Amino acid sequence: MELFWYIVLMGMLGMYVILDGYDFGAGIVHLFFAKKEKDKKAVTNAIGPFWDANEVWLIASGGVLFFAFPTLYASSFSGFYLPLIMILWLLIFRAIGLELRGQYHNEMWESIWDKAFGIASLLLALFFGVALGNVVRGVNLGMVENGESAYEAHYFFLPLWNPTFSPTAEHLGIIDWFTLLLGIISVVALTIHGANWIIFKTNAELNTRLKSIIFKLNFVLLALVITSILIWHIIEPKPFTNFLDKPFLWLFPTITITGLVGQFWIKKFKKDGYGFLFSALFLFGGFASTAASIFPKVLPSTNSINPSLTIYNVAADEYGLSVGVYWFAIAIVLVAVYMFVQYRIFNGKMDDVGYGEH
Amino acid sequence: MEDMLFYDRMQFAFTITFHYLFPQLTMGLSLMIVYFKWKFLRTQIIKYNDAAKFWMKIFALNFAMGVVTGIPMEFQFGTNWAKFSELTGGIIGQTLAMEGMFSFFLESSFLGLFLFGEKLMGQKLHFLTGFLVFLGSWASGYLIIATHSWMQNPVGFEILENGKFVLNNFGALFSNPWLLPSYLHNQLASVITASFVVASIGAFYLLSKKHNEFGKLFLKTGVIFGLVSSVLVAFPTGDLVAKNVVKYQPVTFAAMEGIFETEEGGSEIVLIGQPDMEFKKLDNKIAVPNVLSFLTYQKWHAQIKGLNEFDEKDYPTNIPGLYYSYHIMVGLGTIFIGLMGIAAFQLWRKKLYTSKWILWSIMFMLPFPYIANTTGWYTAELGRQPWLVYNLLRTSEGASPTVSAGNTLFTLLGFIGLYLLLGMLFLILAGKIIKKGPELQNL
Ligand code: HDD
Ligand code: HEM
Ligand code: HEM
Repeated sequence: MELFWYIVLMGMLGMYVILDGYDFGAGIVHLFFAKKEKDKKAVTNAIGPFWDANEVWLIASGGVLFFAFPTLYASSFSGFYLPLIMILWLLIFRAIGLELRGQYHNEMWESIWDKAFGIASLLLALFFGVALGNVVRGVNLGMVENGESAYEAHYFFLPLWNPTFSPTAEHLGIIDWFTLLLGIISVVALTIHGANWIIFKTNAELNTRLKSIIFKLNFVLLALVITSILIWHIIEPKPFTNFLDKPFLWLFPTITITGLVGQFWIKKFKKDGYGFLFSALFLFGGFASTAASIFPKVLPSTNSINPSLTIYNVAADEYGLSVGVYWFAIAIVLVAVYMFVQYRIFNGKMDDVGYGEH
Repeated sequence: MEDMLFYDRMQFAFTITFHYLFPQLTMGLSLMIVYFKWKFLRTQIIKYNDAAKFWMKIFALNFAMGVVTGIPMEFQFGTNWAKFSELTGGIIGQTLAMEGMFSFFLESSFLGLFLFGEKLMGQKLHFLTGFLVFLGSWASGYLIIATHSWMQNPVGFEILENGKFVLNNFGALFSNPWLLPSYLHNQLASVITASFVVASIGAFYLLSKKHNEFGKLFLKTGVIFGLVSSVLVAFPTGDLVAKNVVKYQPVTFAAMEGIFETEEGGSEIVLIGQPDMEFKKLDNKIAVPNVLSFLTYQKWHAQIKGLNEFDEKDYPTNIPGLYYSYHIMVGLGTIFIGLMGIAAFQLWRKKLYTSKWILWSIMFMLPFPYIANTTGWYTAELGRQPWLVYNLLRTSEGASPTVSAGNTLFTLLGFIGLYLLLGMLFLILAGKIIKKGPELQNL
């Protein structure tokens, strides 16, 4: 049962990364590359009717985490208290940036909300990458000091950073150079992903320029990914154990590489959707490979006294998990139907949706 | 430790109070929009579609506020109430996860279609998407109240040696006797909010002699929905929830009603009075003998337990707050029935649109349903204190162990600042939509 819910949770988070990922990416494109009013309209039309439903994948993942792995939910949400609350604030700014902009036709008003939307999207992309970094790096569970746990074995608290910014320091912080690296990878990857979505859903003039931006960024992404794999060893002494034990897991890195390499043909694609498909593969593969590399751990411990949190020691009890399967099966089918209907009706290019016009 | 708990509670209370200002309108208004849309399909009178479109604009804005303030709620169980989440997550996580899977997806997928898809889909499908949005928001209310009911009256669980609450009967979560009365009461209360908002804007248009046609439509619809829901909220649903409190939380009931001493031969109902905690009595009391006993047990001389019969450590933590919240809610409920009753009577005599007094009163009634809803929740929540899970888990045992008071104060201040900004923006933008008014359209 634990394994089932782990796969469900990862699947839902993966959906979140792919779906809200393109919204964040579109926000970053909006911030840096959409100069003309027309370009900005194209960006918001492309994501307008979708972003809210995409965000629900995060809320629903939170719900499933709460119900299936309550100890992990409690431990990580209180331990990562500060960055999580900041993510909440940023989500608020992202949403109102998008929703309120069109309410007045006034240059100052519009540019404030444009900036709110763009900057919040950028920071969210960064923070989610940093968060992933924190999970694979691990935390000082139980807040061990001189060989003594100060709290129960599964609780901890992290400040935003420590003065050394080192991922191996005794007193860890949320932001160190390793987690920051993952944050930057996330920003670059999501920018590419968002740009691909805009190309897919609009006929904007901007699109040709976006293709060459994607092409250049993809080199940066490749370099960053290689660097991160090289320094993985500092964090996880034997990063490939899981992959060596269970060769089928190589599927995930293969997907990642396909997505990454395929992107280099961006200028030659016949269909506008292909680029998006490849960036989705990259994100999914990258996320799954990272999760697989630490499995069955979900939050490693950096001290030797308290054990890492694994899916087995944080799960809810058997009965609850089993009944959950029934309602979840119904719900996920319904969700698939909603998505089908939604994407069916807003099929094709979205240039005329007129999002945010009042 | 004390400080930490205090800020955690303040943050939860502040953010949930603010959040709930929006869903109450979302749930009630979606019903009324569906009604306008349905009227339009039936009669093909374009006015109804225009009315639906006008309210959809307010709805969209309000919905966005509900969403952005709702997400912090979902996270806060983990961030600020980690111990509570760890111990009870296997149970309340069920209903919260179901809320995400069943209602938020439904609402958010179809809201996009409802707002932007009218041209693409045609009228029938457009009505259907509106109906699904309504269904989603009411399902969300149901599942959140199922969660809340479990905290008020825990069922279907056992407690393990390590203190964890584990579920052993899924069905019990939904057949909880607390749930249905509470849900109906709450939903009707949200219909009250929406009807008063609609009626109030209608009255405003009539008084300022703008959009006359719509003013009349809004006022009429608002008054009819308002009267029906105000009556139903008091009876039978208000009565039923009160009976649940007597049955499952007698000490809370005594505090709500301000009964310090058990009275032989039947309890009086207190209309006015101030709880005096030093001397354990009510000051300046105006009360009607025996009515409370009758309302509660349908017997004039039934005995109701006073606070004196309970252990002081189980008293609700804030008795005056609880008492006032309850009396404000019930007092306002009575006023709503009266006002909407008179308005409906005038409507029937065809004099409503020219009765200046009534129009002014309805217009200024706008904030009061919000107050009634908020004080209603304070009654429920203050009444549950000092427990998080009634009689089983104390609030002080539920907070996050590692999050310090300073950090919570920081985030609380952040929320206050941010929400003040949100509230201001909401008022300005809603004001703008109302000022512009509904637009007449040709299909
Ligand atoms: C417009 C709003 C409104 C109005 C006019 C009323 N209520 Fe109410 N009441 C609520 C809105 C509300 C609420 C916000 O919906 C609550 C909070 C929790 C709940 O389920 O409903 C509530 C809770 C609540 C409770 C507490 C239940 C608990 O402890 O969980 C009682 C005893 C009553 N109500 C009783 C009444 C009575 C006898 C009313 C007679 C006029 C009344 N309410 C009018
Ligand atoms: C929307 C209407 C609601 C309002 C206005 C409201 C209001 C409040 C208030 C004022 C408090 C502080 C009580 C105190 O500390 O003395 C509180 C606490 C709390 N409420 Fe609610 N509440 C609402 C709904 C809910 C729901 C639906 C749930 C559960 C799913 C819930 C769970 C809690 C929890 C966990 C606390 C913190 C612990 C505590 O202080 O009791 N609330 N709420
Ligand atoms: C602690 C308790 C609560 C939590 C955790 C919570 C959580 C949330 C979340 C995450 C959303 C955003 C959903 C989206 O993105 O579509 C939301 C919106 C909503 N909430 Fe709450 N909520 C709480 C209290 C309440 C209460 C008491 C009610 C009503 C009875 C309610 C009714 C709604 C509704 C109808 C929405 C839909 C959006 C809107 O109304 O604008 N919530 N809530």
